[in-house]
Amino acid sequence: MATSVARSQIRAISTGRARRMGLVFLAIGVATLLLLGRGLEAGQKATFGLNPGFKSQAIKIPDLTLPVQPTIYTLAAIILILGAWQLIRGSRSANALLGVVAFCFVFAFLTWAARGKSFNLVGMLGSSLVRATPIALAALCGVMCERSGVVNIGIEGIMLMSAQAAVVVATVTKNLYMGLAAAILTGAIISALHAVMAVSLKVDQVISGTAIIIIGTGATSFIAARFLEKNINGLNNSGTFPVISIPVLSKIPLLGPIFFENGIIVYLMLALIALTHILLFSTKWGLRTRAVGEHPRAADTLGINVYLVRYVSVILGGMIAGVGGAYFTIGSVGRFDEFMTAGKGFIGLAAMIFGKWSPFGAFGSSLLFGFADSLQIKLQILRVHIPSEFLLMAPYLITMVVLAGVVGRAIPPAADGQPYEKQ
Amino acid sequence: MPLVLKLEGITKAFPGVLANDRIDLTLEQGEIHALLGENGAGKSTLMNILYGLYQPDGGRISLRPRDQANTASQTASTDGLVEVKIRNPNDAITQGIGMVHQHFMLIPPLTVTENVMLGTESTRGVVFLDRADAAGRIRKISEQYGLEVDPDAYIRDLPVGVQQRVEIVKLLYREADILILDEPSAVLTPQEVDRLFSTISNLVDQGKSIIFITHKLREVMEIANRITVLRDGRVVGTTTPEQTTQAELAAMMVGRHVELAVHKEPAAPGEVVLAVQDLQVLDDRQNLAVAGVSFKVKEGEIFGIAGVQGNGQTELVEALTGLRASIGGEVRILGAVITSATPRKILEKGVAHVPEDRQQDGLVLSCPVHDNLVLCNYYLPPFAKGIIIQEDAVIATASELVEEFDVRTPSVFVPTSNLSGGNQQKVIVAREFSRPVRLIIASQPTRGLDVGSIEYIHQRILQKRSEGTAVLLVSPELDEIIVLSDRIAVMYRGQIMDILPAKGVNREYLGLLMAGVEASEAAQSTPPTIEGEERVERVF
Repeated sequence: MATSVARSQIRAISTGRARRMGLVFLAIGVATLLLLGRGLEAGQKATFGLNPGFKSQAIKIPDLTLPVQPTIYTLAAIILILGAWQLIRGSRSANALLGVVAFCFVFAFLTWAARGKSFNLVGMLGSSLVRATPIALAALCGVMCERSGVVNIGIEGIMLMSAQAAVVVATVTKNLYMGLAAAILTGAIISALHAVMAVSLKVDQVISGTAIIIIGTGATSFIAARFLEKNINGLNNSGTFPVISIPVLSKIPLLGPIFFENGIIVYLMLALIALTHILLFSTKWGLRTRAVGEHPRAADTLGINVYLVRYVSVILGGMIAGVGGAYFTIGSVGRFDEFMTAGKGFIGLAAMIFGKWSPFGAFGSSLLFGFADSLQIKLQILRVHIPSEFLLMAPYLITMVVLAGVVGRAIPPAADGQPYEKQ
Repeated sequence: MPLVLKLEGITKAFPGVLANDRIDLTLEQGEIHALLGENGAGKSTLMNILYGLYQPDGGRISLRPRDQANTASQTASTDGLVEVKIRNPNDAITQGIGMVHQHFMLIPPLTVTENVMLGTESTRGVVFLDRADAAGRIRKISEQYGLEVDPDAYIRDLPVGVQQRVEIVKLLYREADILILDEPSAVLTPQEVDRLFSTISNLVDQGKSIIFITHKLREVMEIANRITVLRDGRVVGTTTPEQTTQAELAAMMVGRHVELAVHKEPAAPGEVVLAVQDLQVLDDRQNLAVAGVSFKVKEGEIFGIAGVQGNGQTELVEALTGLRASIGGEVRILGAVITSATPRKILEKGVAHVPEDRQQDGLVLSCPVHDNLVLCNYYLPPFAKGIIIQEDAVIATASELVEEFDVRTPSVFVPTSNLSGGNQQKVIVAREFSRPVRLIIASQPTRGLDVGSIEYIHQRILQKRSEGTAVLLVSPELDEIIVLSDRIAVMYRGQIMDILPAKGVNREYLGLLMAGVEASEAAQSTPPTIEGEERVERVF
């Protein structure tokens, strides 16, 4: 009897939260109607391009044309119905419904933005993946480090230095792969420095990470101003990796151009996501890494070398961040500009938290940030009447909302950020 | 029986203390050898040396070689033992030594299988984990030794008794022959202790040898074959349960005669001081930790809350002292509702709080003793004039308190972190008990203290009770609850299973309640109280 009382009380509490979510959904539904549904001309249509803008191998399919007003009203109705359902039934899968509501709202917004015009949906989704790439690699670096119990906020600095190393080596050797290797090596060296400070010297890990960011921005700016600007063609003009179309797969409509016509760094990112997942959850090394991140003393009593595990994890993480750095230069524009990472290392950390310290979770949330980034650009092109400064804020706003914990609290590894002292 | 282990002259010094001073110890095959001593006597240090976590400054460790073929090449002494160096836990594991630490070395978000195989993983290929193979081996071990565990369960979902079994399985999985159990009964209910003891006999029957570290006399008398008593880092003596008594062991442990009996006058309960009605509190993970608890504590009585740690006691105490918000129910102190009052408002009502974690919640360790002694009233005259602290008044009062409560400290100016655990607790008691208090909320007030300090704090609590103060005592040490309390409540998963008078209470019955058996069912298998049974013996 006693336990059943407790259980019903627990339900009462969680339904309270679920009900609040219902109210939020209803508010979003009303906002959809009021903000997007007003003042629409009857019969106006929006066209969504389903073929990429560039020359693509994918089989062409017809574009999607939707009547604006009915589409927005339908989507708003779906949101309102879900909100009412949530309010009355207090369903526990509120997060899944939140996903549906967010999708409906975003689609309604796109329909509104594209009214009377044409909007290349596949092009935007493809660029979302590309823009998510450095974020996902940064997040993956974070996952590697923090799963072993080392906080690494210096990813931004590591990526900047790797980006510069990549372009310089690629230009000088005239070999992009040498550039990529240089970026990975740079990532390894800088993160090894972090490991020495954080693991062996037991410096506060946030301070050590901050130092790496400052060194990274300072050193790259100095080198750029002192050397690169004076000899652009000899040092800072590498060209970029070509787009590789994967046979057969790239012909699939919609998915082909998004996933299978990309540069090598995007493929590398996708492979690293899967590899890291396998490494962490299916191998001996991964089990040890997770053990060290959760309870280093327990691992120590079983004869596991806590320091070694942490060094290797941090350095592997740094190498992944190095690939992320290479994306900025030899993966996209072919030259180095100061501060070109523009906070992607930090957004990567947010993606890591949002993704609950798992590689696929981190990838999913990186896609969300990539989407916000690419939407922002698309909307500027479409000349939507929202100030461009505000649109530029979008990815960062989403970061803050995510970190404020809308989607439930994520629990970091228990020993995250704590130096291990042997007894 | 042949010897399996011999320690000779083990010495280990830490800055300021000689933790182990020329300790000799032997272990026979199939023996349960109890290592008895107070906190700080050097038991854990000695075992950490044997397990390779510390390196001894001097002395020799000899073991019976595991691999008979190797013995020929080594210089075995007459007893067949070979001297070894144990540089790290890996060495200990390969030599067949395993240890269950007092604080379990388990990783909550991993499964039983993952925890057990960690460090000696079964793999397919070279790197890929083979969980099925490891789980199979675990099942075989649990069958062979009667250690029931589910290999696929997550540690965080298991009760402590089962977690301990996982720890033992971990050792057997590594084929340990010498098992060190560090205070294994500290976190268990009486029934779980019985089960642990039968497991231990089972292990011994199958040829394992066991070193059993404890400070509980009753357990030693019950299970050990031989007993070695340590005090201040030295061996006081080795004996057997047949040759000694509890009183004698206590005297060996402490170095003087110890009054095992607690002298308690009959209770004279007055008006209700604390009334808790249907209180509900969430824990940090937003689970209901206190699920509708009601009780009253009267003047001049000690109300004890027993229960295995982690059943909502912490959250209950935090809610009563204003450190944690409650989500339902009502708390009254002397008739005034304080359900959502601030800690300061509550302490101004005459509530003293001795927190469970004295270093975390009871003291500002880096601050000097005198500051810690006025933490409750530094903002009132004579300690403050406006916003200015009156150092002279603070120091004068602090010096008096240090004198009165026998706090051993070089001066009131040293950082509180320099004091021993017992003296830190005395600082808290001095601060809390010296105010005019009507209610004392004491959570695990003697955890980890030496016998002298335990005696002292028990005596102070009883003295407050005679003065008419209401006392709420929370402790997972069942003996402490039974000896001190006038009425006992048992908490399990955030609820009170039963409230009963302490006089003549039956430990078995309390144990069943602590394990979650409903009061009506428990009463059918064993009576709640036994006529004439009165435990008055102190515990360490």
